[in-house]
Amino acid sequence: MLSSKTKILQLIVTLSACAFLLVPTILSVMAGVTANYFKGISSGLTLKWIYRVWELYADSIFLSLWLAFACLICTLIIGLPAAYGLARNPGWLSRLLEEFISLPLAVPGLALALALLQLYGSMKGFRASWTFILVGHVLYTLPFMVRSILAVLGAMDLKTLEEGAATLGASPWQRFRDIVVPNAMPGILAGALTVVTLSIGEFNLTWMLHTPYLKTLPVGLADSYASMRLEIASAYTLVFFVLIVPLLMAMQWASARAQRIAK
Amino acid sequence: MSNRTFIMACLAPLLVFSLAFLALPLVRLFLASGEGDAGWAIYLDILRKPRYLNTLILTVLVSLATTFAALAVSTTAGMFLVRNRFRGRGTLLSVLTLPLAFPGVVVGFLIILLGGRQGLVNQLTPNHVVFAYSALGLFLGYLYFSIPRVLLTVMAAAEKLDPSLEEAARTMGASPYRVVVDVILPGLMPSLIASGAIAFATAMGAFGTAFTLATDIDVIPMVIYTEFTLSANIAMAAALSIVLGIITWILLLIARSLSGSTVAAGG
Amino acid sequence: MTLRLTNTAKTYPDGTKALLSTELSVAKGEIVSLLGPSGCGKTTLLRIIAGLEKPDASSEIWFDDDNVTTLPVERRQVGMVFQSYALFPNMSVRANIGYGLKMQRLSKPEIDARVTEVLEMCQLQPFAGRAITALSGGQRQRVALARAIAPRPRLLLLDEPLSALDASLRETLRDELAILLRKFDITAIFVTHDQDEAMAIADRVAVMSHGRVVQSGTPEDLYRNPTSAFVAGFVGNAMTLRGRVKGSTLHLDGGVLPLPKDGTGQTVFVRAEDVRIVEDGPLRGKVETVTFLGTHYRIGLSGITAEGLASIHSGQTAPKVGTTVHVAVEPAALMLLPEEAGAA
Repeated sequence: MLSSKTKILQLIVTLSACAFLLVPTILSVMAGVTANYFKGISSGLTLKWIYRVWELYADSIFLSLWLAFACLICTLIIGLPAAYGLARNPGWLSRLLEEFISLPLAVPGLALALALLQLYGSMKGFRASWTFILVGHVLYTLPFMVRSILAVLGAMDLKTLEEGAATLGASPWQRFRDIVVPNAMPGILAGALTVVTLSIGEFNLTWMLHTPYLKTLPVGLADSYASMRLEIASAYTLVFFVLIVPLLMAMQWASARAQRIAK
Repeated sequence: MSNRTFIMACLAPLLVFSLAFLALPLVRLFLASGEGDAGWAIYLDILRKPRYLNTLILTVLVSLATTFAALAVSTTAGMFLVRNRFRGRGTLLSVLTLPLAFPGVVVGFLIILLGGRQGLVNQLTPNHVVFAYSALGLFLGYLYFSIPRVLLTVMAAAEKLDPSLEEAARTMGASPYRVVVDVILPGLMPSLIASGAIAFATAMGAFGTAFTLATDIDVIPMVIYTEFTLSANIAMAAALSIVLGIITWILLLIARSLSGSTVAAGG
Repeated sequence: MTLRLTNTAKTYPDGTKALLSTELSVAKGEIVSLLGPSGCGKTTLLRIIAGLEKPDASSEIWFDDDNVTTLPVERRQVGMVFQSYALFPNMSVRANIGYGLKMQRLSKPEIDARVTEVLEMCQLQPFAGRAITALSGGQRQRVALARAIAPRPRLLLLDEPLSALDASLRETLRDELAILLRKFDITAIFVTHDQDEAMAIADRVAVMSHGRVVQSGTPEDLYRNPTSAFVAGFVGNAMTLRGRVKGSTLHLDGGVLPLPKDGTGQTVFVRAEDVRIVEDGPLRGKVETVTFLGTHYRIGLSGITAEGLASIHSGQTAPKVGTTVHVAVEPAALMLLPEEAGAA
């Protein structure tokens, strides 16, 4: 369509952008397995930095995994019925509620964390427990879960399907269990992967909400960037990549699938 | 239990949660912003005191630069990837969307590896250039996480462009350049504005990247953080948060009304 | 089961009256069709009977001796075939049909046995394991029927069950449905806007217009003795013969017709098959159009009434367009209906 000169220019921009995103990532991976980054790769490859990271930060990795799991459970318990309620009860009130719970997508995490601290910071037991961080993560990921399910539910004739089940003798709860949940599955899966991916990577809220005894993976990363040698910081980043990149891929696959089904 | 009751019961957990952990905290935050020495005039202080005003201007400038750079890069790459099918296209697309799941701190660290004291550019350039901790570093960091967000929105819109419009323009004698200006860009405009708003809002509110990089320069999220933790000036931290929150919220509202989707903000 | 509705009406919150006060009885084993144009309230009435729509406070719905007015849909034991079929995409054909039985908490072998029986009855055995998305429109329609019938409902409700199918398939399935419904031996109500469908399937047709039942009777009864212009027009496409009535004669532009009785204050209707082209007919008209329809011709005539008149003409040849012909109508074939109804 366009001339080949334009095409080459486009290709150059595309490849430069890829390089800009990829080169530092490769640098980081390399630094994580190089004996001495300052001397370069000639100093030899090693896994000792990874072991060091494991010694130093295993707790924060497990805390992040646990938080992501707990966050997934919470967003499912709150988000799945809520998405159904919003889908079955369309109107300005539902729109408003959906808009309101989507605020954490727009408002910076820092502001949300500050708001939570203002209201609950003085409740010492709550403030110091992992559930305080969990609340922040649920707040931030919930809209993704709700919208992901809502998109799939909105694309099918939910009302008639439910009426069909009702004439066959199914109670509201049975209809929810037998019809709504199975048909919402693609949306639930996409939402769940998004929630886990975002929860594991969440920093802005968590940095404000965490305590010295409760550091999540990204909080540990910030900590290592500030106080550890470059190799350890890089090795820790490598561990994070290994965790997050497959999740991201799965999330993108599931979201594309849910979108296809929604159409 | 009737159908209506069941649906209301389904919404109840969401209502309780968002009331307790979103509505009430935000109200409390707003009230806290007026509890300082300056009272509600604190919102005027943001514009009157050079420290806050200059920071605000710098934040807006860096965010604007990020937005336009990301639009230029992502639109070019996005159109190229939509219009051409070749081996390795999927890989390029994966690379370009990779940063979606990176927290801001990681992006900051990657910029340090590129332009920090031990960075690649430092080692390669003869006069040892270090840019990671300047406005340029911040700009590159913001650009890093904005490229995939803009790219996905633009590509979704470009897939929907009707190729016959371009063909019609070509049959009427339009040059490739005129086709871009008269057909492609107008067709993409809603998604460009939407993704631009997303990029701008994300950059304005980005904390993690600034936290890692902004040791020499101040941006709004960093000021909020230092006002809160170091100066214990809670009223100012709250006021700045509210102003920032309203700006980003309105921008994303515009974005959503134009494109109907929001890509996860995270920076 | 017998169904009895008294004073049943539906008013929407905005004041729209979807259904005016309606009385309706359906005898055990009877198949009743609710026939009417879209927006006449027939689907609303069906949904009220199902329990999917809440009627106004005065309404009463009786299934035999049970007042079910306030009973929620899931406890009314009705089977329903939806216009879009509403088959569950997450379940196979077998699971769809068995769902109602599962809700009745039957044991697994019982469910299996009953589903197999219904599959056989509806000739669906080859598709039992298929996904809903792998079925054609006609197969889906049969699955929807099988699913509704499997739990042995007290009453079967069908909402435009054939309208989602294409024309050629619709006719085949219409006859199939008529046979199946009689085989099930069940009280059934089905909604349609298609008079042929209503006549082919139903024992009794209730014609609805503007939120009320205007006439109810056997298909023959409705066809031969409509009580209103609306029914005459909707069932069998009767045409108005607009002219001046003088005692028992009707004066038209094309001549004078004898009426079967004194027609003062009445509007006269006739059907195209009763308008006969004969050499000594009392009316004269000009042939405007001739349409060959295989078994017969449909001939459009002008000059007899202002609106034009159609005639069904059987025979080997038809008059040419532009020629003048003589037309006769037997007095017994003329339908005289009250004038005020003629306005509807």
